[in-house]
Amino acid sequence: MVSASIVGVLAGLILAPLLGGIINRVKALFAGRSGQPLLQPYRDIAKLLRKGAVFSTTTGEMFGVGPAIGVAAGVVGLTLLPLGGSRAPVAFSGDFLLLLGLLALARFCIVLAALDTGSAFEGMGASREVAFSALAEPAMLLAVGALVRATDAQSLSAAVGAVWKQVWQPSMPAAVLVAAALAVVLLCENARIPFDDPNTHLELTMIHEVMVLDHSGPDFGLVLYGGALKLWIFSALLAGVLVPVRCGSPWLDAVATVIGTFCVAAGGGAVESTMARLRLVRVPQLLVGAAVMAALAVLLVR
Amino acid sequence: MGWEIDPILVTLVLVNLLLLGGSRLVTCIRLVAVQGVLLGILALLVQVGWSPTRAVLLAGGSVLLKGVVFPRLLSRALRGAEIRREMEPYVGYTPSVLLGLAMLALTVWVSSRLTLPLPAASHLLVPVALFTTLTGLFLIVARRKAITQVLGYLVLENGIVTFGIALSHEAPLSVELGVLLDVFVAILVMGIIVHNIREDFDHIDTDRLASLKD
Amino acid sequence: MLILLALALPTLAGLAAFVVRGDRLRRWVLVGTACGHLALVAAMWVRRPRPLWGDWLVIDALGLLLLSITSVLFAVASAYALGYLDREGHQPHRDFEEGKLFSDAPEARFVGCLLLFLACMTLVASTQHMGLLWVAIEATTLASAPLIAFHRHHRSLEATWKYILICSVGIALALLGTFFVAVSAARPGGESSSMLLADLMSEATRLNRGWLEAGFILLLVGYGTKMGLAPLHTWLPDAHAEAPSVASALLSGALLNCALLGILRSQQLLTAAGLAPFGQRLLVVLGLVSMAWAAVFVIRQTDFKRLLAYSSVEHMGIVALGVGLGGAATFGALLQAVNHSLVKGMLFLVSGNLLAAYRSKSTRAVRGAVRALPVSGVLWVAGLFAITGSPPFGTFLSELAVLKGAIDGGRWWVAAAYLGLLAAVFAGMGRIMLRMAQGEPGEGVVPARREAWSAVLPPLILLGLALMLGVWVPRWLAELIASAGQVVGGGPWRV
Repeated sequence: MVSASIVGVLAGLILAPLLGGIINRVKALFAGRSGQPLLQPYRDIAKLLRKGAVFSTTTGEMFGVGPAIGVAAGVVGLTLLPLGGSRAPVAFSGDFLLLLGLLALARFCIVLAALDTGSAFEGMGASREVAFSALAEPAMLLAVGALVRATDAQSLSAAVGAVWKQVWQPSMPAAVLVAAALAVVLLCENARIPFDDPNTHLELTMIHEVMVLDHSGPDFGLVLYGGALKLWIFSALLAGVLVPVRCGSPWLDAVATVIGTFCVAAGGGAVESTMARLRLVRVPQLLVGAAVMAALAVLLVR
Repeated sequence: MGWEIDPILVTLVLVNLLLLGGSRLVTCIRLVAVQGVLLGILALLVQVGWSPTRAVLLAGGSVLLKGVVFPRLLSRALRGAEIRREMEPYVGYTPSVLLGLAMLALTVWVSSRLTLPLPAASHLLVPVALFTTLTGLFLIVARRKAITQVLGYLVLENGIVTFGIALSHEAPLSVELGVLLDVFVAILVMGIIVHNIREDFDHIDTDRLASLKD
Repeated sequence: MLILLALALPTLAGLAAFVVRGDRLRRWVLVGTACGHLALVAAMWVRRPRPLWGDWLVIDALGLLLLSITSVLFAVASAYALGYLDREGHQPHRDFEEGKLFSDAPEARFVGCLLLFLACMTLVASTQHMGLLWVAIEATTLASAPLIAFHRHHRSLEATWKYILICSVGIALALLGTFFVAVSAARPGGESSSMLLADLMSEATRLNRGWLEAGFILLLVGYGTKMGLAPLHTWLPDAHAEAPSVASALLSGALLNCALLGILRSQQLLTAAGLAPFGQRLLVVLGLVSMAWAAVFVIRQTDFKRLLAYSSVEHMGIVALGVGLGGAATFGALLQAVNHSLVKGMLFLVSGNLLAAYRSKSTRAVRGAVRALPVSGVLWVAGLFAITGSPPFGTFLSELAVLKGAIDGGRWWVAAAYLGLLAAVFAGMGRIMLRMAQGEPGEGVVPARREAWSAVLPPLILLGLALMLGVWVPRWLAELIASAGQVVGGGPWRV
């Protein structure tokens, strides 16, 4: 049991950058290109870690600390994350609040690091990132809250573990709504289309990317890795709801969920290939919509 | 039975929220049509065990009228006019959606207070019906165009019929058909008036229909 | 059988009116149908028709009372319409408020809708099924909307829009209320129970209280919108002011009563369930609010058709108040409904004559009506006294009965407010209407020595009936009203 959970955390640490590779591969497939290799994110991170860094003279301590805390928060978050029916190494009542708090902490530090540069572009990106997550967080909280309420569980592991028996079976619409809300939050928090375009090179339209524009070398590598961990956490959570395989063996459950996580990433790639980015004024509406769906799920479950 | 109709009811709620947040007139007309079709399916599912003619007549009538005839009628009333094809709200779209959520919570609370004296197909039925009704009222009040008020009336009526289909088994067929006929004529007359208003005033903004007052 | 005939006659005639080509023939179809309907209703007095269709169509005392008012008023109005349509002609008119040209809607549509309107009102009065009642009341809205839009200018369109939207929404709420009542009647086992009034009342004590009360509130709001109870009355002044006078008379005298019937049926159910005080409290409040609202708007009114419309709001308030007070006041309320229909119908018809002569609805533009239009002017003044409840008209008697009900019940505050508001309305209407009647007609108004018979005889008949009810209420009518009052929780009437 314990070994399965530890392996789950290790899998997260190792496989997280792969999700970015999958997304890029799917996008390439849609565009009819052969695309970059699946393992390209690993190579990017490795390359960046080997390089030296350039620091602007206006930056202070926070600039270097931000990415490190981001990765640290992601790693701690992984220990709270159940992989389907397989419990997380750390599970206690109310742990989902801690997970949300860790994600917020990571964002907070990255934002501080961005503001530390004193550049207008970084500041603009940071303000947008914060504005969006202010709307995404309630949606996330409501979605997880619906899960917890439906399963009558205190910890995230127990809630995700019981998702088939207590959410899908009694109230399928609620499960669908939770999954939809989680998916929207996933796209928003990880700076994907339709909220943000990771490929854009125009500063004015960038949100997340512009925020980390000044980071270079190992720092930027950490930012990328922290982002990959965040994507893994969200995708695994969504997969835990969407792939309600609970056969009793933690190994099988975990494997099913990991496959589900890859599928979620592939789905994200498909969304990215088929959708255009939303106008900035529409973004809050979509996020409020997600929050509303999650709230509806809360109302639906008994 | 709740397992079958819950998805429909939840879709109804989502359609309502989309209507509250929707900015394009054409989209909203389609959404109301979707609602009509959903009502027809609901009628079929709930009336299981009742005489098939009744179920088919009601469901068919609902789908045909609300899903096909009304949207056509409303689109026709719109067509050819140089009017802006937006909803033009008094209350913005995002606040509308949030208010919708508040209304939903309110209806859930109300229906938890009013206990049903009879076994319902789903515990969601009463809140969803009341929520749809409230959404209709809100659309009538908070949107500017005459045609959106017609849409609001239709949504309101859909909510009431949801309630009626599912709960009052005693309403005989003739009455339900009478209701359907009344609504049909009401929409017809409203459509004609909207058309005339458009020809006379060159717009269908109800806030400019203000020559009559004390 | 009589019921079916009374339903079928106007329906068929109405449909026929759409296809008949000649104007003369169509107008005579209108008058003939009205007279035939009146005869059928009179026959119902002689022999109460048997219930039809498994008790769906039953004429009880309440239904017969309202059916009779409707039928009488319709017959008189159709006679007036004969002359009115003749004078209106087919050419485009100049709108006297803004000077634009407009043409009337086709006459066939007007006459056809009038007749269908009558058919719908007959159905309202004769059905005992809560669902069918709703269908019929909504149908009256739909049939009367084209009547308001008869003059095709933009003010009438605006009024029609407000009328149909506000009333349809209101009545939709009444449908929800009807369903609530149905739920309250459902048995725990889930098997269906009937929506017939008689069945509901026979097991009224078993009904679920919460749902019944919620249903009653919705029914009151819904039908109250249609009846013109403040603050739900906003459509009423617009619609009455913009409709042609014939239609205004019918809207005020007959349509409002149909909505009243909806409320009375609900109150009937509540009474049977032992919850009468709940409904009565609401009715008293709404009644007083309506009277106060109307009084405020009557006093500073500058449009005489709107003045009459607000007076209708006031009178519906009196009726609601009377029903709410219960006891002897219920008798007064029903008698008041009869009187109001007669007098208000007459006043609207006369206002049509004034409008035709002065070409203005402004109370300031109309002066010296007694000189310019000898008969109409005098009728206008008489109507003023009749509508404000002065003796010797019937309204005096009925308003007194409502007052008596309030005092009998020891509700002094209600009685004081009632008297104060009546006085305010009297002062407001008197000031405006007397000024219109007196003085010299202004420039450009040609004094009519002889007014057309078709324009003055119908209001004269209505005034005569109102006067008769003031000095002598026939025993058969009093008995009918008393038994109608009893079903909604009224007490016996003793002078």
